[in-house]
Amino acid sequence: MSTVSVSVTVNGELRTHEVEPRVLLVHYLRDVLRLTGTHVGCDTSNCGACTVILDGAAVKSCTVLAVQARGGEITTIEGLAAPGEPFSAVQQGFHQEHGLQCGFCTPGMIMACTALLGENPDPTEHEIRHALEGNLCRCTGYQMIVNSVRWAAEHPDGIVPESSDAASSAPSTQGAGS
Amino acid sequence: MIPVSFDYVEATSVEHALALFAEHDDSKFLAGGHSLVPMMKLRLVSSSVLIDIGRITELSYIEDRGDHIAVGALTRHREVEGSSLLAEHLGLLAHVAGQVGDPQVRNRGTLGGSLVHGDPAADLPSAALALGASMVITGAGGTRVVPAAEFFVNFLETAVGDGELLTEIRFPKRTGDGWAYQKFNRRAMDYAIVAVAVQLGQNPGIALVNMGSTPHFASAASAALAAGSPASAVADVVVEGTEAWNDANATREYREHLARVLTIRALAQTGYTS
Ligand SMILES: Cc1cc2nc3c(=O)[nH]c(=O)nc-3n(C[C@H](O)[C@H](O)[C@H](O)COP(=O)(O)OP(=O)(O)OC[C@H]3O[C@@H](n4cnc5c(N)ncnc54)[C@H](O)[C@@H]3O)c2cc1C
Ligand code: FES
Ligand code: FES
Repeated sequence: MSTVSVSVTVNGELRTHEVEPRVLLVHYLRDVLRLTGTHVGCDTSNCGACTVILDGAAVKSCTVLAVQARGGEITTIEGLAAPGEPFSAVQQGFHQEHGLQCGFCTPGMIMACTALLGENPDPTEHEIRHALEGNLCRCTGYQMIVNSVRWAAEHPDGIVPESSDAASSAPSTQGAGS
Repeated sequence: MIPVSFDYVEATSVEHALALFAEHDDSKFLAGGHSLVPMMKLRLVSSSVLIDIGRITELSYIEDRGDHIAVGALTRHREVEGSSLLAEHLGLLAHVAGQVGDPQVRNRGTLGGSLVHGDPAADLPSAALALGASMVITGAGGTRVVPAAEFFVNFLETAVGDGELLTEIRFPKRTGDGWAYQKFNRRAMDYAIVAVAVQLGQNPGIALVNMGSTPHFASAASAALAAGSPASAVADVVVEGTEAWNDANATREYREHLARVLTIRALAQTGYTS
C-alpha cells in the first residue's frame, strides 16, 4: 500500500510521518502522535468531539484526511496549556462555570469555543449557541457551556479575579435555567 | 469507519488536475471532502485514486465582474458566508452558505463541491437555481457554460462529466432586490427536510430543497412571481413538477405542505406584495 509523507506542525512542534492516504486526521493525532485528548464521539461528522484547530479554523478531524492537513498548523486540546501551566481562558471558563460533566465532548467543545473567541472575542449568547451548532453535549444542557464561554470572553487572560475566590468554589449560576 | 485504501495525488492547477485524471484509472476529485470523505468512510463510495484539488488556490476567489460576480469553485462556504461583496449584491447566496451544516463543515466544504455533489437536500444548489447562476465547466475538450436550470440532471448527478471540473460559478448581481431563505429542519446542524429559496427582482426565482431527486427550480411559481401574482397564488403552484419522497422525517404530503407554507413565509419576509 502506498503511503505519503505528511508534515504538520502540531501544538508548535513539526511532526513528519509516512501515512496511508486513507488515515483520518483524528486517527493520526490519536494513534500515531498519541494525542488522545481529541475524542471520537460519533465518527459520522455530527458530534464535534473530534474538533481541532487547523490553520486557524475549527474542523472535525474525523472528516479530514491526515494528508489534507499537510503543511498545516494544528492545535489540539493538549496545545492550549502545557502540564503545570495556567489554563487558557476557555479552559479556565469551563472550570469556573462547570462547563462539563462527563467531559467527553469537552476537548472538542473547548477547541470550537477557542476558535469562536479568536474570531469574535465578545460573542452574545445567541452567537455562542450558533457557533456551537456542530458540537453535541449529552450532559450539560449547554447553558453552563454558554456561561463558560462568556466567562472566557470577560476574562481573556484566563486569570480568576481574587475577589471571586468564593465564587469559584461555589460557581456562579447566573443566567442558568430560567 | 475507515475508507477502503486509495492512492493520493495533489493537483496544483486546473490543467494538472485534468492531466492527473487522464493518467489514473478510477480516480475522483477531492475538494473539501465533506461529502466525499463521509461517503468513503461508510464505504458507499470508493476510488483507487483521489486527486486533491483542494489546494488549487487559483480556484478560490470572489470577483466583481460588473454585471455579475464570479465565485471560484474551490471557495469555501465560510468565505461565501462572510463576503461583503456578496452581502451587498447577492445576499441570498451569502446567507444560504451560512445555513450549511455547522461552522466546522463551512470551514472545509466548498461551493463547487456542494454543487457538483448535487444532493437534493443541500442548501446551495437552491441558491444557484433561484439566482439563475451559470456554471463554468472545464474538461480536456475545453470550457463550456451551463445554466443552473440545466445543471442538476439526476440524483447526485450533474452536467459535470467524468474527468471534468466545475471551475467557476457566475451569479448575476441582484443588488437591492429582496430575497429570503426558509429552511425547515429539526436540529440546528441538519440538512433541510424542506427549504425554499426566493429571489425577487427582474428575473425572480424560487427553488426548493429536498422535494425530489434533484435540487428543484419551481418554474410555475417563479413565473407567477414574475407576473406579480399574490403570494398565496405563488404558493399554490410551488410544488408543481416536484416528486418529493416519503422518509423517516416526512411524508410526501407533509413536504408539499411545508413547501407551500415556507413559500408564504419567505415572501412575507421579503415584504413581497403583488
Ligand atoms: C456534518 C455535515 C453536515 C452537512 N450539512 C449540510 C447542510 O446542512 N447543507 C448542505 O448543503 N450541505 C451540508 N453538508 C455538505 C457540505 O456542504 C459539503 O461541503 C458539500 O456537499 C461538498 O463540498 P466539498 O467541497 O466538501 O466536496 P467533496 O466532498 O470534496 O466532493 C463532493 C463531490 O464533488 C466532486 N467535486 C468537488 N469539487 C469539484 C469540482 N470543482 N469539479 C468537479 N467535481 C468536483 C467530488 O469528486 C465528489 O464527487 C454537510 C456535511 C457534513 C459533513
Ligand atoms: S467524531 Fe468527528 S464529529 Fe463526531
Ligand atoms: S459533558 Fe458529557 S457530553 Fe458534554
